[in-house]
Amino acid sequence: MNPVTVFRARRILTLNPSRPTATHVAVRDGRILAVGSADEVAGWGPHTADDRFAQQVLMPGLVEGHSHLMAGSLWRYVYCGYFDVHDPDGRVWPGARTLDAVVQALQRAAAADDGPVVGWGFDPIYFGASRCSRHDLDRVSSTRPVGVLHASGHILNVNTPALERAGFARPGLEHPGLPLGADGLPTGELKGPEVMLPALDHVGLNRSFLSGDEFGIRAFGRLAVRAGVTTATDLAATLGDAELETQLRLTAEADYPVRLVPFLRLIGLTPADAVARAVALRARSSEQLRLGRIKVVADGSIQGFSARLRWPGYYNGAPNGLWYTAPETIRECYALALRDGVQVHTHTNGDEATELALTCMAEALQQHPRPDHRFTLQHVQLADAAQFRRMKALGLGVNLFANHHFYWGDEHRRVTVGPERAERMNACATALREGVPLAIHSDAPITPLGPLFTAWCAVNRLTASGHVLGAAERIGVSEALHAITLGAAYSLGLDAEIGSIECGKRADFCVLDDDPTAVAPQALKDVRVWGTVQGGRVFQAQAGTD
Amino acid sequence: MADLASGPEGAPAAPAVPVVVLGGYLGAGKTTTVNHLLRHAGGRRIAVLVNDFGELAIDADLIEGQGKDGVLALAGGCVCCSFGGDLLGSLRDVARREPPPDVVLIETSGVGLPAAVARVARLAAEVQVQALVVLADAETLPERLADRFVGDVVQQQLAEADLVVLNKVDRVPAQQVQALMAQLAGRGVLAPVVPCERGQLPPEVVFGVAGNRPDDAPSLGRVAQPLGSRASMAVASDRFESVVQHFDQPVDVAALAATLTAPGSRVVRAKGVLTGLDGQRQLLQVVGCRFELTMPAAARGPSEGQLLVISVR
Repeated sequence: MNPVTVFRARRILTLNPSRPTATHVAVRDGRILAVGSADEVAGWGPHTADDRFAQQVLMPGLVEGHSHLMAGSLWRYVYCGYFDVHDPDGRVWPGARTLDAVVQALQRAAAADDGPVVGWGFDPIYFGASRCSRHDLDRVSSTRPVGVLHASGHILNVNTPALERAGFARPGLEHPGLPLGADGLPTGELKGPEVMLPALDHVGLNRSFLSGDEFGIRAFGRLAVRAGVTTATDLAATLGDAELETQLRLTAEADYPVRLVPFLRLIGLTPADAVARAVALRARSSEQLRLGRIKVVADGSIQGFSARLRWPGYYNGAPNGLWYTAPETIRECYALALRDGVQVHTHTNGDEATELALTCMAEALQQHPRPDHRFTLQHVQLADAAQFRRMKALGLGVNLFANHHFYWGDEHRRVTVGPERAERMNACATALREGVPLAIHSDAPITPLGPLFTAWCAVNRLTASGHVLGAAERIGVSEALHAITLGAAYSLGLDAEIGSIECGKRADFCVLDDDPTAVAPQALKDVRVWGTVQGGRVFQAQAGTD
Repeated sequence: MADLASGPEGAPAAPAVPVVVLGGYLGAGKTTTVNHLLRHAGGRRIAVLVNDFGELAIDADLIEGQGKDGVLALAGGCVCCSFGGDLLGSLRDVARREPPPDVVLIETSGVGLPAAVARVARLAAEVQVQALVVLADAETLPERLADRFVGDVVQQQLAEADLVVLNKVDRVPAQQVQALMAQLAGRGVLAPVVPCERGQLPPEVVFGVAGNRPDDAPSLGRVAQPLGSRASMAVASDRFESVVQHFDQPVDVAALAATLTAPGSRVVRAKGVLTGLDGQRQLLQVVGCRFELTMPAAARGPSEGQLLVISVR
């Protein structure tokens, strides 16, 4: 018999309603043998007592149901965001509150290294009217390419050398993604993937968009430990053979701390090929790398005006957005995936995209009925109550973008959808009331990985300006904690293995210095994460330096 | 500050490669049309760029091999590659191939907007966007236009076209084709509508003619009626006629171009070097509802004053 370890904790929040709290958890073979009092777990025989968590609170390892490995890769580059953040090693990077501060941060990086200078997380929305131009970034270097990726991931600012290398340093260019300066030359702001891509190569950012970046995968693992996350998705992977080999190799390492769930994106493949590929990938799954799921992107983003909205459309009158995947393709993918038992998660931001997904799902289910399919809609930001009722009827779950509300809620209220619809965005309370399985997410690196912060967003619905947007859609702390554990696990079809602390499940714990059920709901985001236990292995978050 | 005068890296010395954007909703027949054009390339080295290989099935007998750069080698020196998310990069790569292609055909995704694709393509100094050709399926078009999810997309694709190809007309009654064409005109589709079956378009309609000499135009059949002041025979087919209009005197080129591209005009392609009323030589190129007047590059040639016009019957 393999050895048993019993962890003693100040309190264990099990998320198992029949035994909601405990003090001891016994672990064998990386799985939970028993949870209860010291006496209760002792009945399983000899064990080693591990009291290192005697002052800590354990809860199930947190599950991030919508993130990207790129959240790790970006730490190759200079953080240029407005808010303070921790890097994977726990060091605090102060937010840059002015454009000058951004330039200075890049200048420091330029002095330390040769080659291109790259920043990320830039969010000039907070700098008022002033825009960043190539001249600002020429102060970093007038000879080396400099590029700064915006927080949204949809805009890249470059300096003049990078503009030249991208082939855009000439007059006469006409494209909405390339604003021009008074001199008739591009300002260096590159909006949208088509115009960003030619420059990304030259600033060296392209590899961050791949899911096989070894540095990024390792950094992602350390970020996960810091956030208390033990299972996380890479929700839009290309999963080529080389990337797959890298992921299989790294996640198999003895100290890799997080179970990854990459989704194959339906792009560049027919639905039939994608489903067949997912079935083949599923067979290659390991304990730490769960393969065989598909991600479909139906539309774009609301703040980018590329999401598909139903009548009356955008508040500012912008034309309706774009379909990223044709309705016929989505329908075919759903039908084939239902037939073969492959799970599909669908990105729908606008409510018309949600409507399309619901319509396709209804048709596909008639063709290939399959109970308990676990198809999930991702973001679903604008869905209304009637749509949630249809989701319930079709067996669809949701993973709502609670963090979005904090970062862009003010903008949605003012510009994109107007006050009324902004209040129903990411309608967690409606989802629960209508009986739709609920998860909530960060979409890291779009917003930082941190399910407790995400839970805080869903509980408080505060925007960055301090406005409570949609008070009726706030949910309780226990509901939010469920959403970041069992809720997200359910969306991945992994709720029988993870998401709660009970006999038979993986020994995945989020180790906390504070009890999230004992602090004020407004303080949920400030609950301190000590680290994690994953598969029985203990990972302490790097202490870092401030 | 960095010096911009040096120009973009790798600025092309070669003449710009013409680009044709081929759009249209799913099922409109883009794949069949592309295969037909490859099969009847007439010596043109066509580079086909597709959004992804998943959406385009090149006929197996046309495929000669696959290079390690992901480029599919096709019969007659043609190639096909997938651009995924990077249209601009792929376009530059393909335009810089040795030898360069004679024309690049970009096939948009079924929900793509051809004008947006053309805007990106115009950012490549190596190419020149020549035409936006949009296909529609005569059988399903009314249903598509009424679809609550994609009706606006299909409408916009057609409204953006220089030339609309109404495919599969053999599957619907003739009066329904007429009604469809009237419906499109009423919906703000300015482009001439070309009826077509099984994607069987003469390549000249899609790619234009190589030069403006009558002997550049491959013969498609019978003698056409004269249109110009002194027209001579050129090419024709069941659906198209091709004539050469001769202009011995200076002509108001802009007014002529406006006539050729006016709503209701049946001209699908026209090209020629003409002398304007101001005595300036101008290269006039018409694609459906759009025309372009540029300075002719070459010195005065024997075909000066001749306008090759391809019209739909």
